[in-house]
Parts: sequence; C-alpha cells; structure tokens
Amino acid sequence: MRYILIIFSLILITFSAVIGQVDPVVTDSLAPVPAPPAPVTEVAVSDKANDHGHALIIEWKRSLDDGAGSNAVMLYEIFRSEFPDSAFKMVGSVPLGNERFEDIGTIEKESRDYIPDNTNLYYRVDAVTIDPVVRTSSEVYGPVQSYSNWFHKGRVPVLTAVLIFGALMVYFVSVARKGTELYVRPLAGIAAVDDAIGRATEMGRPILYILGLGTADMISTIASFTILSRVAKQVAEYQTELIVPCYDPIVMTVAQEVVKSSYLDAGHPDNYKEDSVFYITTNQFAYVAAVNGIMLRDLPATNVYMGKFYAESLILAETGAVAGSIQIAGTDEVGQLPFFIVACDYTLIGEELYAASAYLGREPIMLGSLKAQDYAKAAVIVLMILGLLAINVHLNAFIEIFKVVD
Amino acid sequence: MNQNTNIFNKMMSMDRRWVFLLLIIVCVAAYFAPFSIPILIEPEVERVYNFVDTLAPGSIVFLAIDYDPASLAELHPMTYVLLEQCFRRNIRVICTALHPNGPSMAENAFLEVVDSCKVDKTYHGKQFMGREVVNGIDYCFLGYKPYPALVILGMGTNFRLPFPADYYGRPIDSIPMMKGIQNYDQVACVVNISGTSGTEYWISYGQGRFGFPLALGVTGVMGAEYYPYLNSGQIFGYMAGMLGAAQYEKLAENDGKAVVAMKVQLFAHFLIIFFIIIGNIGFFMDKFSKKREGR
Amino acid sequence: MKRQIPVLLVFVFGVFMIFQYFSPHEYSEWIYKFLMDWIYIIGIFAMALGIWSLIHVSYDKIKNKRHDWGYSVVTLAALFIMMFFGITGFDENGEWGFYFMTQEGLTNPMFRNFFNHILVPIETTMFSLLAFFISSAAYRAFRARNVLATMLLVSALVVMLRFNPYFGEAVGLYMNKIAAWLLNVPNMAAKRAILIGIGLGMVGTALKVVLGIERGYMGKG
Repeated sequence: MRYILIIFSLILITFSAVIGQVDPVVTDSLAPVPAPPAPVTEVAVSDKANDHGHALIIEWKRSLDDGAGSNAVMLYEIFRSEFPDSAFKMVGSVPLGNERFEDIGTIEKESRDYIPDNTNLYYRVDAVTIDPVVRTSSEVYGPVQSYSNWFHKGRVPVLTAVLIFGALMVYFVSVARKGTELYVRPLAGIAAVDDAIGRATEMGRPILYILGLGTADMISTIASFTILSRVAKQVAEYQTELIVPCYDPIVMTVAQEVVKSSYLDAGHPDNYKEDSVFYITTNQFAYVAAVNGIMLRDLPATNVYMGKFYAESLILAETGAVAGSIQIAGTDEVGQLPFFIVACDYTLIGEELYAASAYLGREPIMLGSLKAQDYAKAAVIVLMILGLLAINVHLNAFIEIFKVVD
Repeated sequence: MNQNTNIFNKMMSMDRRWVFLLLIIVCVAAYFAPFSIPILIEPEVERVYNFVDTLAPGSIVFLAIDYDPASLAELHPMTYVLLEQCFRRNIRVICTALHPNGPSMAENAFLEVVDSCKVDKTYHGKQFMGREVVNGIDYCFLGYKPYPALVILGMGTNFRLPFPADYYGRPIDSIPMMKGIQNYDQVACVVNISGTSGTEYWISYGQGRFGFPLALGVTGVMGAEYYPYLNSGQIFGYMAGMLGAAQYEKLAENDGKAVVAMKVQLFAHFLIIFFIIIGNIGFFMDKFSKKREGR
Repeated sequence: MKRQIPVLLVFVFGVFMIFQYFSPHEYSEWIYKFLMDWIYIIGIFAMALGIWSLIHVSYDKIKNKRHDWGYSVVTLAALFIMMFFGITGFDENGEWGFYFMTQEGLTNPMFRNFFNHILVPIETTMFSLLAFFISSAAYRAFRARNVLATMLLVSALVVMLRFNPYFGEAVGLYMNKIAAWLLNVPNMAAKRAILIGIGLGMVGTALKVVLGIERGYMGKG
C-alpha cells in the first residue's frame, strides 16, 4: 500500500511538473504568508447626489497597514449585498491610498451592473494583501438605499439666471407691446438685405440662400430659418428667383415649409417652386463643390450665408466674390468669422445673427426681447467685474454662489 | 508718376490667380526638394506622447477618429503614428468613427499600421519585434453611428448600448479584447482625432460627464479654437494640424508624411508673408505718391 | 389651428427640455432618451425625402437639358452606383448577394475602390483649396491701413512665424511666447466676449421659440 501511495505521488508530481504547475506551488509555499492587515474603519455609504439613482458613494478611513504599519495592504475591494450577512458580491476595487469608491450601476434590470433603487443594501470594504486570500473585512454598513433626484441642486445658479433672464424678457416684451419706443442700434448687414434683394430684382438674377452645415436643432439654423422667411417674403413680392441648396434633409424639409409659407403670406403662393429648396448631400466638401457650381453657373446677384459654417466658409465666400455677387454672412461659429469678414460685403457677428429677425421685422415684441438681452449682458459685465474684485480680495464665498456642479 | 502709381496699384491688387500659381509652384518645389527642416516640440504634444508611452502593456487607448478624406492630409499622420506606438507597445485600442466617412479612414489606418507592425523596428534605442496585430485581440473597431452626442453618452454607460456589434458585425461579447470592458472606466485615455465639430461633443458630453483623460488632434484651421480647453485642464494634450502631427512623429522617432509636409507648410507661409509685404509696400507707396501728387 | 398646434407642441417639448436639464430623475431621463430616439427616426425619413429631392431636381435638369445638365447625370450615376455596391457584396463563402441590414456591402471591393480612389482625392482636393483661398485672402486683408489693422498684421506675422526653425531656438522661443500670449490673452478675450453674447442670444432665441414669440421657423416671420 505504501509503495502504491509513493508511486501515485510520483505520478502526480510528474504530471503537475509537465503541465507547469509544480514550480509556482513550491515557490509559493516557501514565500512568507503576509499577516492579515488592519481593517478599514468608519465605512460610510450614501446615495450619490444629483443623479438618476442606482448609484452610491462608499467612503472609509484607510487601514493602518496602508502605506504604514506592516505596509501589507495592496488594494481595497468593495462588496455589496441585499442582505446584512450573506450573498456579498464584489462591485469594484481601488488601489491602496484611496478612501472613496463610487458604485455606479445601470438602470437596465437585466444588466449585470444593475443596482436597485429604494432597496436596502449593505456594503463592506476588504483590505487585501499581495496574497488575495489574506484580507480583512470591515464591518458591514447598512442598510442604505439609492434613489433618483427630482432636482439637480448643483444647477441652482443656472436656474436663477434663466428665471431672471426670462423675467426680463417678459417685462420688456410687455413694455414694447404697450407701445413704448425702444431704440436698437442699426446693423449695416441687415439693412443690406433689403438692398441686395432689390439689386437681384433689377439684375434679373437669383438670390442664393445658404443655411449652413447646422442641423435643425441648432439655434443658428433656427435663426437662419427666421431670416429666410423674411427674405422669401420679399423675394415673393419682387418676384425674384430664390435658390436654397440644403446640407441636411431635416433642414431642407423645414426650409421648404418656411419658403412656402412666406410665399403664401406675401400673396404669391403660385410663384413658389418646390425645387427652389433642395437637398444636395450631407458631405461637407461635396456640398461646397455643388454650391460653388451653382454660384459660377447661375451667377446669383446676392449670396446670403446664415447659420453654422465650418472650414468651407472661405471657399464659399471667395467663390461668391469671384462670381461678383453681393455677399451677406452671419454665423455664431467664432472661428469662421474672420473668413467671412474678409470675403463678404457684410457680416453679422455672433449674436447679431439671432437679432437679425427682430431687426428685419421691427416688431415691438422682437425688439423687446433684444432689450432684455442687452440688460442681461450688462448684468454679466457687472458680475464679471465683481468676480474679478472678489477673486483678488479672496472673497471665495462670492465665487461659490456661481459655481455649477455637473 | 502715373506709371509708378500703376505699379503700386498692381502690387496692391494682384490677380488672385498669380497668388494661386506661385503657391502651387512653391508647394511642389518644397515637397520634392531634398532637405529637411528641424521641428520644435511643444509641451502639449509631448504630453500626449508621454501619456501613451508610459502606459502599461495591455492598457486600452480609446481612439475616436472623426474626420473625412478632406482632412486626411493633416490627421492621418497623427492616427498612423499613434496607432503604431500603441501596437508596438502592446497597448490595445478601441476605436469609433462618429463621422459618416470616418470608418473608411479608420479602416485604412488599421490596415496600413497592421502591415507596418509586421516588421522589426527600433525606436529610442529599443527594439520592437515585428508581430501580427490581430483585430479583436489588439484592437476593436466599433464603427459609425449617427448623432455623436447620443453615442458618446451611451458609451459612458456601456459600449454595447450604441454598439451591440463591431464594425464587422461581430457581437461585442464575442470579441476577446472586449471581455470585461464596459465603458470609459476601463480605458486609460481617449484621443479624439477630428476635423469636425464632433470634438465639442467629446469635450462636453464625454470628458465633462465621465471625466476620462482626453487628448485632441485637430486640423490647423481648428487649431486656435481648442487651446482654452488645455488651459482649463479639460484636455491633457493637444496636437494641432500638420505641425502637431510632425511633432508627434519626431517624438515617436517615426518620421512620416507630416514631417515631409512641414517643409511645404513652412515655405507656403514664407510666400504668404512675401505677398503681405508686397501688398503693404504697394499700399504705402501708392499713398505716398498720391500725397506728393496732391502737393 | 394649423399654426396653433405646432406652437403648442414646441411649448410643451421646449418646457420639458428645460425641465429635464434641472431634473436628473430616472423618469425625466427616460423621456429625454425616448425623445432623442425620435431624432433618429425623423432623420431617416427626412433622408428619404432629401434623396428624393436630389433625384427630382437632377432629373428635371436632365429632362429640360438645362445649363450644364451633364453634371446631374454624374450625380445620379454616382448616387445609384454607390448605393448598388453599398448593399451588395460577397460573403465568407464567396457568394454574391444583397445585404441591406449587415455591413458586407461596406467591404465590397468596388465600394472601397470608388471611395478610396475617387471620393478621397476629390475631397482632399476640395479642402486643400482652402490653402489657396487663405493665401489670397491674407494678401488682400492684411494691410496696415490704420493702427488697429497694423496690430492685426503684426500679430498675424508673429503667429505665422512662431515655429520657424530657421530663427534658432532663442528667437523661436521668444516668438512662441509672444504668439502664445496673443492667442491666449487678446484673442481669447475677444472670443469670450463674442461667446458671451452668443450664449445670451441663444438663450433669448430659445425662449422666444418656446414662448411662441419667434415663429420664423414655421414660415411665420
């Protein structure tokens, strides 16, 4: 029996050696086993603030053997369970030196990382040594629940600003409605639109209107729709041709409606041609090539560029200049403004694009909203100066009022 | 006197076609001339290089390729040199292309870099043996999805939400290198190489929301636009235009197209400066002669 | 009624979008995501309308033999050829077939060849035109007409020359410092001033749209 056991052991050792497991086992058995480290203390778990729920923050005080003592702690492993004494599952780990972990789960119930909201949860943190078996668990913390927040407290300054700005707008619009005369400084670019349409009519050449590369949800594109509606109305009255090549199919659909309605409002619905507003491509430079082709073939009297423009701005504007067109541009893309200023006759800078519709219509309600913007800008300037002073006299409380937390 | 005024007028308002012609001559001549120019390294480019270079083998770099053929000349060199650096150092790469023409750009880059990695090379005195870079093990190309903001937000939860399968239609869960990889938490950094406004989405929806280290590579035209993000700490490194690409190639000791193209760019700049000076001389002389005529 | 319903819809969804920014709640997020999905859906349908518009305009040009109608033939041919190769391809067994829902079409060699050897060079050429236009624009724009224009001219020269390796390291570093100051201080100050205006203008326009004051996007200017 003894011989059988010896032979069996030899076979086992040989087999283990063949598959390469003998050496590490022998070495490991010779390596000193680290002593269990001191546990982490003061474990505290709280719901993550200002979020959609399904997330908790775990904080603790480091083990005494983390970076000191026996220096045995290598990392901390965080465990979660729905029961106080069993079924703990590891949810993450952080290297030594850390005292915080965010357990962020998913909303999807079927997901492995799902954390249920409004359910009692229990946490513990293990201080782990180089040998993962040697570890010390903290006391279990719980019960604690995660929940969704209805209001993001970190965004109070934004809400305040929006409310003040909204109130200013409502006030000035009501003032304007009552008939009070509001002065707004004239914009050369806007005045030029009327002249440019007149020029096109005299020359018998079309007007080319470019809505830019923006999508329909961008404010610059929305502002451009408004200007297009004014231009289209005048074009309909003068019976001039209008060409609107589009980059985005949704923009094209909206632009068609805008132009159609303007022709209807002008009392010339029959003159509206659906093909005057058409889609080209959603490829930047293919679109530029097509528009440049239109400029050089149809020689429009006026080119209007309003909306979002990127690297194509100068290529479009320079080609328009070569074709001898009067050019009016407006964009909120700051990087492209110098190009338009160099190559176009008139340029609306930044917010002037949004203000253009108010200028074109001269409606009191629209002018009222511009006034509100001016007052808000004045408030921003005052606050910036105050901020500058506050930061220099180390009045941090003032700065903190405006802090937005994401 | 009139003849002089004519010359000055011509200097001031030269036909733009002369500018174009001289520019093309200078560009072609500089490209073919057998000389090289020194490249000065900027710290923002060096930071990207050092970050990637000090990553442990097996780490993951997320590469967002958001450009189309139009900006290929400036941005492809960045992609090439960065990919080769990663693969030589056994750093894995997850890649997306959130521009409609981006997937072809990314594919071209992968195919060529995978080929060049088969050859032994020495960088900074360290030899890297040639090896087979395998799709699915060394890199995973997720492909294209429209509406970048939504995709970037979705990937913050799980890469599988916007991309249940990779570009080649393989389910993400069946790709070996994606095992255990959920979201940005598992990647060391995101490098966005972009010729579009998609960069803004990576800054505000990606870095702003999920806080990963972000580096940018953008075209020269976009160059000045994103410097403020460097100062604010939202991006840790920045490569702008051909110059950024050339600096990275120099840092990686892997000279490519960008280093050659810098010759062209430099001499094109000289020519533009020459034209500006000519225009100004014409302007002043014209003014001067008109003043004298007036007297 | 035709105008009131869209205004009402804009108001309801506009107010919800403002609300959801301040409310991170799960329900608010769920509705937000649901609404965002509609962008995909509308985008797909609008793309069909867009392609139809392109075909219609191009066909009309060819039919009426309008000026340079040959370009429209190229446009339509390119559209249909790329579409054909994009949805056909060879599978793993070398079998040819139609692939509407999978990616095989994108690996079709003809699709790739057209992309790599036609689209790529054309687009790169279009973008490179920018260099020529910038040169000519710089030549015309940078004139020392007055003090401000001279400052602009000098700044442009410094920024352009900052990486000139022939100046040597000492001058190069000095130039680089001046250029960095120009970019980070005066340039940034001007940009931020414009951006603050843009920000307020955006909020103002958005509020006007939500409140139904601005209806230009519906053709009611």
